[in-house]
Amino acid sequence: MVLALVLGLLLALARISKSRILRGIALVYVEVMRGTPLLVQLVYIFFVLPAIGVNIDPVPAGILGLGLNYAAYLSEVFRSAILSVEAGQTEAALSLGYTPGKALWKVVLPQSFIVSLGPIGNYFIAMVKDTALTSVIAVTEILKTANVINAQTFETTQVYTAAALLYLLISLPLSRIVSALEKRARVHV
Amino acid sequence: MSDEVIVSARDVHKTFTVTKTPGIFSRLRGARTEINRIEVLKGVDLDVHKGQTVVILGSSGSGKSTLLRCMNKLETIDSGRILVNGHLVGYEERDGKLVDEKASVTAQKRTDLGMVFQQFNLFLNKTALGNVMAPLQDVKKMPREAAEELALQNLKRVGLLDRKDNYPSKLSGGQKQRVAIARALAMDPSVMLFDEPTSALDPELVEEVLAVIKAIAAQGTTMVIVTHEMQFARDIADVIVVMDQGIIVEKGTPDEVFFRPKHAKTYALLKRSGLAVEPPAAS
Ligand SMILES: Nc1ncnc2c1ncn2[C@@H]1O[C@H](COP(=O)(O)OP(=O)(O)O)[C@@H](O)[C@H]1O
Ligand SMILES: [Mg+2]
Repeated sequence: MVLALVLGLLLALARISKSRILRGIALVYVEVMRGTPLLVQLVYIFFVLPAIGVNIDPVPAGILGLGLNYAAYLSEVFRSAILSVEAGQTEAALSLGYTPGKALWKVVLPQSFIVSLGPIGNYFIAMVKDTALTSVIAVTEILKTANVINAQTFETTQVYTAAALLYLLISLPLSRIVSALEKRARVHV
Repeated sequence: MSDEVIVSARDVHKTFTVTKTPGIFSRLRGARTEINRIEVLKGVDLDVHKGQTVVILGSSGSGKSTLLRCMNKLETIDSGRILVNGHLVGYEERDGKLVDEKASVTAQKRTDLGMVFQQFNLFLNKTALGNVMAPLQDVKKMPREAAEELALQNLKRVGLLDRKDNYPSKLSGGQKQRVAIARALAMDPSVMLFDEPTSALDPELVEEVLAVIKAIAAQGTTMVIVTHEMQFARDIADVIVVMDQGIIVEKGTPDEVFFRPKHAKTYALLKRSGLAVEPPAAS
């Protein structure tokens, strides 16, 4: 998630930067990541990279894959949030002696972060759910554990219901936290 | 009034280029990218002396905002020179040409000019106090305590000490504008630029903002004010200039401009605002 946030922000900044090259690279990255299925990307990282000599353990591979993928989506969230902050905010900062970089960092980004909180939270929840996908590349997590238990016990319904409940247990409080955070942040804007 | 010139504009020209790229379907039908050039400033000369209050009048679209925004390089200029405290803001001169200077140098020079916008532009995620403190800490690098003390002093100047903890969403338009004035003043600029500070306000809130500006003027602050408030202009101005279609068509003391307007445009403005004067003999 941290990877997705940091990379997402960098991508967003690249997409609004003055440099054509940066904008181009970021755009291609975002389009490719959003245009291909996450599963394909995960499989690619886990099976194709080792073939060219890059070996990653399953867990870091899963984290990396999810992070790289969500960064693309989050960059769009950040980009529209940054663009939603009125130009007057930047102009006021510039007129007060902020450099353009400082105006972005101190004035625009804090405000766009508040705007992005909701969408970021939703992506975070989706990400938790998507960890299921990483089981494909053998990350030992809920669904896979469920599979194992199922194979041993053949209590299919119970096992998968338990797995589903576990997801719910993780994502429900998360969505609550997200909306509470949003409410608090929005009070002043 | 001293002879020291704070802002000096010479033969300033500014053209906006608006490119209109047609949509894909229009392009298929042969539509071309349209490039429209509007010359907004056509050779403006203006001096603002230390301690002076210069009021700019003129109908909408005459280039008043653009002129103010060129002074602190929120807009670029095409030719001419604007000096603030003797320095170009945003440019270096090389072989007689204007070249953009480093952004950090421009930022530093912009602290010489305080700007108050029509739309207030308070930082929405900060309280009144936070708004005034932010540039003191971020730009002037003042320690927190010193910034807070200075911010409180300036909120007091605009009569909003009791609102210091309010966010902009909990302030009236007039209060927002007063905070914006305090924020600019706290940076101790050499000149304050006001771009229609009361145009976005409900009528009943105009007076409180004008009163604050008058009080600041009385303390000797150098200012340039764009306004449509004629009575206020007459009361506060040392010099009134009238702009029309990118040039200054009239310049004089309030009495000269209000009672002996030389240009038809000035007369039209005065008449429209209900201030009865003799029409100019010829123009
Ligand atoms: N960013 C811009 N792009 C293109 N044209 C502009 C821009 N800003 C202002 N103009 C045009 O320049 C002219 C002068 O505008 P402005 O300086 O805002 O006038 P005023 O403040 O006197 O009403 C207007 O015709 C306006 O449409
Ligand atoms: Mg204007």
